[in-house]
Amino acid sequence: MLSMLPQVLVDGLTLGFMYAVVALGYTMVYGILEFINFAHGDLFMVGAFVGTEVLLTFEALGTLEGMNPFVAFFITLIVAMAITGALGVGIERVAYRPLRGAPRLVPLISAIGVSFLLQDLVRFSEAIYRNEFYLNSPQLFTGSLELGFATVPQKAIMVMVIAIVLMIVLTLFVNKTKWGIAMRAVAQDQSTASLMTINVDKVIMLTFLIGSSLGGATGVLFAQNYGTIDPYIGFILGLKAFTAAVLGGIGNLRGAMVGGVIIGLLESLSGAYMGPLTNGAFGAEYKDVFAFSILILVLLFKPEGLFGEAVKEKV
Amino acid sequence: MPLLELQNIHTYYGGIHALKGLSIQVEAGEVVTLIGSNGAGKSTTLKTICGQTRARQGKVLFDGQDITAMKTHDIALAGIAHVPEGRRIFPKLTVRENLEMGAFSVTDKSVIDEGIERAFRFFPRLKERINQKGGTMSGGEQQMLAIARGLMMKPKILMLDEPSMGLAPILVEQIFEIVTELNREGMTILLVEQNANQALSVASRGYVIQTGEIILQDDARELLSNPQVREAYLA
Repeated sequence: MLSMLPQVLVDGLTLGFMYAVVALGYTMVYGILEFINFAHGDLFMVGAFVGTEVLLTFEALGTLEGMNPFVAFFITLIVAMAITGALGVGIERVAYRPLRGAPRLVPLISAIGVSFLLQDLVRFSEAIYRNEFYLNSPQLFTGSLELGFATVPQKAIMVMVIAIVLMIVLTLFVNKTKWGIAMRAVAQDQSTASLMTINVDKVIMLTFLIGSSLGGATGVLFAQNYGTIDPYIGFILGLKAFTAAVLGGIGNLRGAMVGGVIIGLLESLSGAYMGPLTNGAFGAEYKDVFAFSILILVLLFKPEGLFGEAVKEKV
Repeated sequence: MPLLELQNIHTYYGGIHALKGLSIQVEAGEVVTLIGSNGAGKSTTLKTICGQTRARQGKVLFDGQDITAMKTHDIALAGIAHVPEGRRIFPKLTVRENLEMGAFSVTDKSVIDEGIERAFRFFPRLKERINQKGGTMSGGEQQMLAIARGLMMKPKILMLDEPSMGLAPILVEQIFEIVTELNREGMTILLVEQNANQALSVASRGYVIQTGEIILQDDARELLSNPQVREAYLA
């Protein structure tokens, strides 16, 4: 049983890095608006579809075969990030900004509405365009690295490398650049930030742009790693990424990254070992229960999460 | 023409009529103080100027421009630095980052560095704390940081809301010395204070505000010796 552990860890890390990058989107928006953007998981899904459509278009044009897979991959990534980023900014402008200052439940419901809208729009347009809404993504990286104790598919390496690069770039941006510091300033005190000539609306737009494009990028990674996508993949993955954000301490970037990796590893471990350990009473199909049990436990015993600070009521 | 002029301002908080036809003027180069008791409308006046609360009636003119309906960040950009009540520094940003945010509108890096050097000249304590998180500093240090941060944008006017609040007497003394020094360098200052004695001793003119109305205005020296003021605010 232990012999499969390295493989389980590799799978868990791959999954965990995807959760981590999606969790960043939840946590960034929460940090600034104290609002959970429930449509964020669906932006991830849109990213997966945009990326897949780009690759399918290359394939239909016959250009994919002669293309360097890395070049194709980066084009796909950039297009998906640009479109989901713009979409996220548009959603904020239309569905959230007019509700700023309304009771907290109102934008939350609006976000759930946007979530359904995105799912059905993608389903509708794919159904018209392709007569089906389950897509198989062309695979760019089919090789794998044999380590002896584990097999690491090339695509999993790509997932991890891209995820880590995105997280490093985001961390540098938030800590070192003027707009990144402004983002943290707005998260801490909006009205004082505006006294510093900071345009709070612009900072919020930037937050949605970055968070959504990170979600879209993860969609591309997901499509490459798992092959098949449908308009509903954003729901469960979004919930798990949200769980990761809560586990790490919502609003905290480092927390989202660590939380994502932990949830991915736990899910992979529970999927692999729960069956054997319970003599088959609970199989791999219970791995989702595992992630959400963690959400409940965190909310009960450490609601501020691993890296968050206990919330003081604002005066 | 005054640098800053409020004409017949009416501001409401929900149903409460907080400012009732308030008019004040600040000339370039002056230190003007607005004194009055708690709840008289001092902070509301400053918030109305910087657009954090909106006047329902009346006009705010600054540097020849009607800023009544402008957004807060644009009003700041026009040259008004507001150091808010309770300091409101960014607790999780370092001292340097706080200062950099004060200079958000400044694009020239060398101007920002000069500004930071200048802040250190006025407040040497901040230099020792440069990489410390704002929220970990003492109240006095936070007040110094808040003023220094306000100066970073090179404003045309500095508005200070109760800078002496909650500070030890020696620090209060220091803050008022700095107000005088800044003014000597040419800075126009609008100072809101409950500490009327100190405020009037550094100001050139003063307004006394009571339940949203200006009830007295005069040279600071005259106000200091005015029996009505002495009884109500200097006792």
